[in-house]
Formats: sequence, structure tokens, C-alpha cells
Amino acid sequence: MSVQGPQQVLELAGVSKTFGEGSTAVAALRDVDLTIDAGEFVAVMGPSGSGKSSLLALAGGLDRPTSGGVFVESTPLAGLGLNDLARLRRRAVGYVFQDFNLVPTLTAAENVALPLELDGTATRKAHRQALDALRQVGIPELADRFMDQMSGGQQQRVAIARAVVGQRRLILADEPTGALDSTTGQGVMEVLRSRADAGAAVMLVTHEARHAAWADRVVFLRDGRIVDQAAALHDPAVLLAQAGL
Amino acid sequence: MSIRHSLLALLQDQPRYGYQLRVEFENRTGATWPLNIGQVYTTLDRLERDSLVTKDGDDGDGHVIYSITDAGKAEVVSWFAAPVERNNPPRNELAIKLALAVTIPGVDVQGIIQAQRVASIRALQDYTKARRDTTTSQRSGDTAWLLVLDSLIFQTEAEVRWLDLCEARMVQQAQSAGQARRTSNGVTEDAAPLSADSRR
Repeated sequence: MSVQGPQQVLELAGVSKTFGEGSTAVAALRDVDLTIDAGEFVAVMGPSGSGKSSLLALAGGLDRPTSGGVFVESTPLAGLGLNDLARLRRRAVGYVFQDFNLVPTLTAAENVALPLELDGTATRKAHRQALDALRQVGIPELADRFMDQMSGGQQQRVAIARAVVGQRRLILADEPTGALDSTTGQGVMEVLRSRADAGAAVMLVTHEARHAAWADRVVFLRDGRIVDQAAALHDPAVLLAQAGL
Repeated sequence: MSIRHSLLALLQDQPRYGYQLRVEFENRTGATWPLNIGQVYTTLDRLERDSLVTKDGDDGDGHVIYSITDAGKAEVVSWFAAPVERNNPPRNELAIKLALAVTIPGVDVQGIIQAQRVASIRALQDYTKARRDTTTSQRSGDTAWLLVLDSLIFQTEAEVRWLDLCEARMVQQAQSAGQARRTSNGVTEDAAPLSADSRR
């Protein structure tokens, strides 16, 4: 029997996305191939209009490609009807947005439990899983707070907890540090990194090199194409050896 | 980098011999700027000639111990007190390369920028990982190395941001050159909307 590699959580195969038709058609993505394994943290960088957000929307099944296939944990999204797609999004995919998108009239724990409850999980069980997710992002003590009782950084941690709650192993983050100061932004990167280290597949869209540097792999998009990929090459021991020790 | 002042500062801490100075310097700066032992001994000779250090016998194993003089201590105080000189910017090979690239016809400037961006991000990934590992290990003496890593992270990030800016400028220039060409051909913007391809 062959040795199994890390499990592929997301695969985009030859994905293109075109908006509009005829002479006014704009290609947002052109023939993009990208896979993300369990435990892998991938950052997507590129100038405005390069297709970053389109890529994220397709990866999470929020939009459908014009051609090519998107697979989440080997399930082809193209074969799913709207209801099945919505269920897969609730169960397998977590989103983190720049503006948090939390419900102000719910507590942190209730916000985190919401996708589970929408999916039919009993309230008590959902609450238990929400507390576990809040623990994973380092703020179990804030479970009963409302959004206006929390800082921006704390709210973003709640949003990440909501993205990872339950069995979801694909986290899609779109400029999640945009509204935060740099120290708090770094805290968010630490949380995303630790989720990847714990086995989640993480895709981060960012224009900040400092944040992209937390990823295992950085993908560069330009005019809807992947033009380059950078993977960290060295462990620190090699780095030190190169520096002469 | 002032090796001279760095060695003096280490001697102010305590008397040491040449090899110890080299190891101590590299430990405290995370081995980012390796010193060769020859540099250490020539510098010590000059410091001794300038009466900033004196030879203080040996350690019993044949290593010559150096210690700092009062004049040396005064030199360390003024080095720490003075801001680092900026009126002579350090030579920046990347800036020079791009400045030449934009002036020489036929050079793929965007290609140069992208290749550098990938290399810089890769370095930034390495520094960030080293920082993460150092923060997790929490050994004593890591503070100095963290400061050096932070400095490298900020510098590299600045480099990437500068590359982004260079690229944005080039795109802007190409667009306005394109517009000027179309206007001189008597074609107006309305009649020739930019397609996704012509905008690239």
C-alpha cells in the first residue's frame, strides 16, 4: 500500500471566472490550479483586481466558476444543488471577513454556536462546541460578552472561533486584519497559524506581506493567474547555519 | 556596522578574549552578521593602539584577555548616545538595480520586481517562522535575537511595500503613456474602452 500524503482539503482545478459577456467580458480568474492540504496555511497576494476575492468566493462555494472544478474534501461543488451547497458551507467551510460580520444582539458563544444551530445541532451541544472553539482562539472568558463589550481584536477572534467551530477544516479569511492595529493583527495571524498547525486548511487573502509571511506558501495572483508561489525554505537552524554559525 | 564599538560594548560588560568576543557578538545578534576571527583581532589591535582597551594577561590557557579603559568606556557612552548616521545612506543594491532597469530599454522591470518580491516574501516567511519558534521556546537571552528579527522583518516588509509602489508607478506610467498615444491618434477614451487584456 502506498504511503498517504496529507489530506487535500481544497482543490481548484483549471478554474476560470468571467464576469459579463462579449466585448465587455472581464476575466477575473484564468485557469487557476490550487490545492490546500490539511494543516497547510496558504496566503494569496496580488494587486487590487487581480482576482484574490473571486478566488476566495469560488473556494467557499459562494460563487460558481465559469469553467473548471472546485472540490472541498473531495466533494465537487459543481454537483451540488443550492441546499446541499449551503449545508456544505455550514459544515465544512469557515469564513473570516474584514468586518467580522457578527450578530450584535448575540453573545460571543451564541455567535459561534449559530452556524451549528442553523445546521440542526441541539442548543446545548452547540454551546459546548462554541466554548471549545472560543478556547481554541484564546478567549474562553469572553463567552458571555456582547459585541459592544469587546475590542476589535477580540471580535475577530470570535469570528475565527465561528469559522472553526464543529468539524470545519477549511478556513477562508479575506483581509481579516484590515480593521485592526498591527499588534492585534499579529494576534489574529497567530490564531490562524495555530488552527493550521492543529490540522485546518487555511486560505488567507491579504495585501500585507507581514501577514502573508505567516503562511507555509504564498501564492501571487496577477490578472487572474497564479504567477508565482513562495514557500518558506528554511528552518531556523538552516537560517543560522547560513549566517555562519 | 561598527565592529569597533560592538566589541568595546562587550568588553565593558566584562574582560574577554578574542574568540569569546566573536561568540558573544553572534549570540546577542542572533548570528545575523557573522564576524570572522581575523576581523576581531585586527579591531582589538586598533582599539589597543588607540588606548581604548588594554591587554590584561591571559586566562591560563594562552588566550589573551582584553579589558576596556576609561577612554574606551567614554567611547561606548557616546556611541550609544549618538543616533546612527543617516547622511550616507547604505548602498541599496535593489534600488540601484531598479533605477538602472527603468532607464535601460528592453529590460523586464515588472519581472525583476516580481522575482524580488518572491525572494523577499520568502525571507519574510523565514524570519517570521524564526520569530515564532523563538517566542515559543522562551529561552533566556532570546530578547536580543527577537529585537534583531523584528528589525529584519520590518526592513523586509518595507522592501516589499516599496516594490508594490514601484510596480504601481510603472502601471500608472504605462497607462498614461497609452492614453497619450490614443489621444494623439484622435481616438477618445469613450470610443475605446479598456478591455481586461489591454489594461494588463
